[in-house]
Amino acid sequence: MIPELGNFSLIVGLAFAICLSVIPLVGASSNNLTLVRYARPLTFGVFLFTLISYLLLTSSFVSDDFSVLYVAQNSNSHLPIQYKFAAVFGGHEGSLLLWVLMLTTWASALAVSSLKLDEAFVARVLAVLGMIIVGFMLFTLLTSNPFERLLPNFPAEGRDLNPLLQDIGLIVHPPMLYLGWSGFSVAFAFAIAALMTGRMDAAWARWTRPWTLAAWSFLSIGITLGSWWAYYELGWGGWWFWDPVENASFMPWIVGTALIHALSVTEQRGAFRNWTILLAISAFSLSLLGTFLVRSGVINSVHSFASDPGRGMFILMLLGTAVIGSLTLFAFKASQLKSTSKFELYSKETFILAGNIALVVATATVLLGTLYPLLVDALNMGKISVGPPYYNAVFNPIVAVMAVMMGVAPIIRWKKNKAGTFRKELGLVALASIVFGIAFPFVYGGEFITWVAVGMGLAFWLITATLKNAKTTVTNAQGKIDLSRPNQSYWGMVVSHLGIATAIIGATMVSFYETQLDIRMDVGSKVTLSGYEFAFDGMKDVEGPNYTAKQGQFRVFQDGQQITLLQPERRIYRVQTMGMTEAGIDSTLTRDLFVALGDPLDNEAWAVRVYVKPFINLLWIAGALVAFGGFICMGDRRYRAKKVAETEQQTIETVAARV
Amino acid sequence: MKRFILFLPLILFLVLGAFLYKGLFLNPKAMPSALEGKPVPEFKLLTVTKGDRIVTKADLLGDYYLMNVWATWCPSCKAEHPYLLDIARSGVPIYGINYKDERAEATKWLTTYQDPYKFSAFDVNGELGLNLGVYGAPETFLVDHKGIIRLRYAGVINANSWGSKFVPLINDIKSEIAELAGDSES
Repeated sequence: MIPELGNFSLIVGLAFAICLSVIPLVGASSNNLTLVRYARPLTFGVFLFTLISYLLLTSSFVSDDFSVLYVAQNSNSHLPIQYKFAAVFGGHEGSLLLWVLMLTTWASALAVSSLKLDEAFVARVLAVLGMIIVGFMLFTLLTSNPFERLLPNFPAEGRDLNPLLQDIGLIVHPPMLYLGWSGFSVAFAFAIAALMTGRMDAAWARWTRPWTLAAWSFLSIGITLGSWWAYYELGWGGWWFWDPVENASFMPWIVGTALIHALSVTEQRGAFRNWTILLAISAFSLSLLGTFLVRSGVINSVHSFASDPGRGMFILMLLGTAVIGSLTLFAFKASQLKSTSKFELYSKETFILAGNIALVVATATVLLGTLYPLLVDALNMGKISVGPPYYNAVFNPIVAVMAVMMGVAPIIRWKKNKAGTFRKELGLVALASIVFGIAFPFVYGGEFITWVAVGMGLAFWLITATLKNAKTTVTNAQGKIDLSRPNQSYWGMVVSHLGIATAIIGATMVSFYETQLDIRMDVGSKVTLSGYEFAFDGMKDVEGPNYTAKQGQFRVFQDGQQITLLQPERRIYRVQTMGMTEAGIDSTLTRDLFVALGDPLDNEAWAVRVYVKPFINLLWIAGALVAFGGFICMGDRRYRAKKVAETEQQTIETVAARV
Repeated sequence: MKRFILFLPLILFLVLGAFLYKGLFLNPKAMPSALEGKPVPEFKLLTVTKGDRIVTKADLLGDYYLMNVWATWCPSCKAEHPYLLDIARSGVPIYGINYKDERAEATKWLTTYQDPYKFSAFDVNGELGLNLGVYGAPETFLVDHKGIIRLRYAGVINANSWGSKFVPLINDIKSEIAELAGDSES
């Protein structure tokens, strides 16, 4: 009964969503305020029924109702309770439902917090969101219904959640990622509403930017968590694999980064309007494309998701409708949104535009790398795969260019800056960065490595330039420090940019200075790596709630002192009989010691992989800083409590008078 | 001209969309999986019940037969077990592959729940399972008179899956055998 109610609730939600995508638009175009005012209650209706549906699915998981196909495929009565909650989105059907839930959450959040914005405009935005929700709900109900029953012959026991997903990282990672992806639909809806009305002014950008920042920050967290999880759970010791599924989450993030910068130009200077709209459409389209790539199975990936051409076709249709519709609207309406301001070569606009172009080029290279195997296959030219060498070769130079510009852009003025002034301000910093970059690899590693010099030099440049600028900004005319002088979004920018610098340091250090050994270890033997001594004391049998494991005992010594005991495991999950590697990691800020078990060899010996990874934790800190910066920026006063501009007030009054 | 530039994103997407559409009908994983249509791999294993009997591919007899991957740690195998007994009673030979299991447990299982298998190969290291590309238990393979795997079925066999997946193929195999017999007579 409960699953049927869940299904029914989702259908009711769909009915609400259909009304939401039609009624407010009719109201807005016919100036009928009554119809316009339906937008908010309808949004809440969609949200409420989606939430009920999601909770009912959760309850089927908690009560081990294996007559529901999806529960039987993804859960087991021995699965610990926290993973039962996570198992709700552990498979395709449930993750789609989570997508829809997130989408409706965004829509309701917008409905709640937009009371002071132009009512007709918000109604249009909500209607566009309604259309997206309809698309995803139909997708869920028609091709991937999580409430499908296995009657009358249902299994006594479920097939259990994929052991890879039975992990804390995976409880938090997908919701964050989906919050990010679905959040870009809000920016998209704002863009479409702007195209419909031809209204795209500073106020528009001010309304859109905090939503985009929120989505972008959640996506940053989601990507960082994903990387962290891959690092400690997959046991391959890497943190980024340029896998199609990772790329699927990364591309919307890069375009989203371009979008939040373009929005700030639109907001402050009224420039780049068409460009901003195009970025908003792209960010959302890439989120959809990511869903398509992940769910349709057109691309081979280490992430094994069940693939199904029927579903792929549906998402492609969804993607096609959304993108063709919006780009056609763009093609016909875009030029109405005229740019008013002019800017010179040496101006903040130029630097942000250049940064934007670099970001878009970066997205294009990742997109090309991701789709290239598909393109080659579609043209019958064989099967190939594109790996990290391609991405490193094209992506690193772009990041380098970006980092240089990120140092300059905050300092330079809007519209026009004298060519000499920023040279004077940053000349010394630039010189110091070059010296630091060249000196660093000699001092740290004893030999010169070009990319280390580039990476560390750029990070030094970015940090010092950002801090120097921050110091100038907080110093008032009297030469005193006044922290309240710059606005909050300035501080957000500083934090996020420092986060990027931290990521550059982490990535450079770990890529060039990590040490690794793949060796056979007998019980009682020792190996030394980068000054750490690893002693293998044998294996222990460990019993988990739904798995059994062999746990290696590795004592680690530094200068003769034992510093830690690492206990990597090889787990066998009972139901799916899948072998899983659980790495043993000892973490400090400056290095991680990482031991993973390979295969058992003769005489109790094991194949063991040992890593010492310097500064890898900076990567996760960087992700947190970047996201935190986004949230700070979002909380800026100017995005909250905004009075309705007088002209808008008038339109509402005239509309009201007509009703 | 200006107008044309605004259509550019749309055109780019349409080209991309065409490729994505084509991509749906390609299978990037086509190469590794296809064990169907291939002969049963060679093996040499002891059986569960007799520690000294070595069985090989040559011991798999019958015009057609099933190979069922099972283990005592697999709860779904227990759910499937009564149905396997029914199939065995109806005259279809079933060979078991006891996958990564313990001999004592497996023997106990076969005495407690009855034994539907002609014999069960004791694949303690999972070598045969690996060659068959097994991901877990239960999995069942249908092999025809020429020793070719006709179906690989991952999951529990029940009346539903038996009727829809296995019976039609078994009928095909039977008619192929009849045809062969007819050819050799004429």
